[in-house]
Amino acid sequence: MIQDRLRRLQALENEQQTLSGTPDEAQRRAEIAEERSALVAGCAELSSAERVFLARHPKRPKIEEYIEALFTDFFEQKGDRQCKEDASILGGIACYKGVPVTVLGHRKGANLADNMKYNFGMPGPEGYRKALRMMHQAEKFGRPVITFIDTPGAYPGVEAEARGQGEAIARNLAEMSRLTVPVISIVTGEGNSGGALAIGVANRILMLENAVYSVLSPEGFASILWKDASRHAEACDLMRLTAQDLYQAGIVDEIIPEPLGGAQLDKKALFSCVDIALEKNLSALRRQTRAALASGRYKKFREIGC
Amino acid sequence: MKELLEKLTASPEEKTFRLKARLEAAGPMTLWSKQTFLTCPHCERRATRQRWSESLYVCPNCGTYQPIGGYYRLSLLFDHGSFHELSVKTIQQDPLHFPGYAEKLSLQKRKTGLSEAAITATGRIGGMPVVAAVLDSRFFMGSMSAGVGERVTQAVEYASAKKWPLIIFSASGGARMQEGIFSLMQMAKTSAAIAEFSARGGLYISFLTHPTTGGVTASFASLGDIMLAEPGALIGFAGPRVIRQTLGIELPEGFQTSEYLEEHGFVDKIVPRSELRETMTQLLRLHTPKGQKV
Repeated sequence: MIQDRLRRLQALENEQQTLSGTPDEAQRRAEIAEERSALVAGCAELSSAERVFLARHPKRPKIEEYIEALFTDFFEQKGDRQCKEDASILGGIACYKGVPVTVLGHRKGANLADNMKYNFGMPGPEGYRKALRMMHQAEKFGRPVITFIDTPGAYPGVEAEARGQGEAIARNLAEMSRLTVPVISIVTGEGNSGGALAIGVANRILMLENAVYSVLSPEGFASILWKDASRHAEACDLMRLTAQDLYQAGIVDEIIPEPLGGAQLDKKALFSCVDIALEKNLSALRRQTRAALASGRYKKFREIGC
Repeated sequence: MKELLEKLTASPEEKTFRLKARLEAAGPMTLWSKQTFLTCPHCERRATRQRWSESLYVCPNCGTYQPIGGYYRLSLLFDHGSFHELSVKTIQQDPLHFPGYAEKLSLQKRKTGLSEAAITATGRIGGMPVVAAVLDSRFFMGSMSAGVGERVTQAVEYASAKKWPLIIFSASGGARMQEGIFSLMQMAKTSAAIAEFSARGGLYISFLTHPTTGGVTASFASLGDIMLAEPGALIGFAGPRVIRQTLGIELPEGFQTSEYLEEHGFVDKIVPRSELRETMTQLLRLHTPKGQKV
């Protein structure tokens, strides 16, 4: 299992740090390096349940890190101008290779305190309305929109329902489909349900190799179909939620490779892969006319499931 | 006398439609049942079939709304002789080859006589032409499948081409789990179609019936120019069971009902079943430009 391999990798890492540079430890170092590469090589073939585990790994890069690594001059925008600021969506204006873009996505937080603050990346209607506000502005100023998807789903809460969670998501889907600027979505972690799709109506959907995208979490899926959430591993296989499955189904346009063993092991390598894919797709889209961007997006979703 | 004349002169399509409507009227409660008395699942009191039919399957004793079949719904709405079912381009069902799903589908088809959870048709209301789609909760709880998404989208596009108003009656338990991501993507597809229709100036009346939840609430059902709901319907994004489990709290009285949505600003009007046709006629008339012949 990937969990055991990653645990062993961490142990080796820790041991290596305790070793000093003395010659009698050189052999141990060599052993560690060998075992490490064997462990990493063993991560080449992953089951869908293992990918779900990686997609949710606590050390997996977060949206703040992507923004930091790929963009310059980030200016955060807050609030939906109606009700409140929903911090589970992070977004604003930034520069990508000299071009101003609107960038936004789900924010989960890197530790428990931040998780709580950002509601584990589960937006309420205010988060989706804030995202829509930013996208409308992008439309006004002709900025491409880049969204990062990583959420367990839209927040199921009393307040969220009272303020129209369903309406907020629906409105985003409708409005996003008509934007006349390039829209690129990158599924970086787990993309669950309408809560993910609400910022994902894009011209190009890119997906990290170990990310997952599905109608519901595997646990929720198992509990609805079999009334037994513990059968989630079985659900993972049936749901066809991995990047590879979705690429085959024609829903995802490109898979972005991750370092062996998951994005969390070598973030620098990951960011350069994301950068290459983003630049390629964005420059292709920027050559299209505004009308072609909207009609191309319509057509892309129109044909799904036909 | 008028009714008899209508019956005698009806086209074969109209006759089939009226027959389907009558047979399925109150969904599971009356389907193929020959009993004289029908019991309300809510108050458990009985009333004659005649009384149920007169009350349009709203319990004559306690006033609870029974789910009704899609054809019956349209028969309450359309002018006599105007029903015309839209032909659908058939699409591949079971895109994930989900174990056991194909058998379940064929069982549901046999049981309900429907081929999917959505019926799409054109008809006239007070002489004014409309395109209508009805989600039928008897078929897989009206859940959103690629087939449902495709039918709804085709209906929207048809209304767009004809420049006719669009009416969608929603009733859905949410996503069709067995179709996974394909189910999810129908939310984007249908919403995009509505957005396109709306940008061309089309009138869309969304009518929410019991229950409207999940992916249908979070897509076309919430995008009406006019939002109507049937009394006492459950309407929401996350189902009450999920919210209760996630938060571990008791939900407020009347939470996620039509009345709750109206109070929170998401519904224009709650329309009793008996006033359905009248309200629709009024709305259509209000959207007919002055002097324009219908």
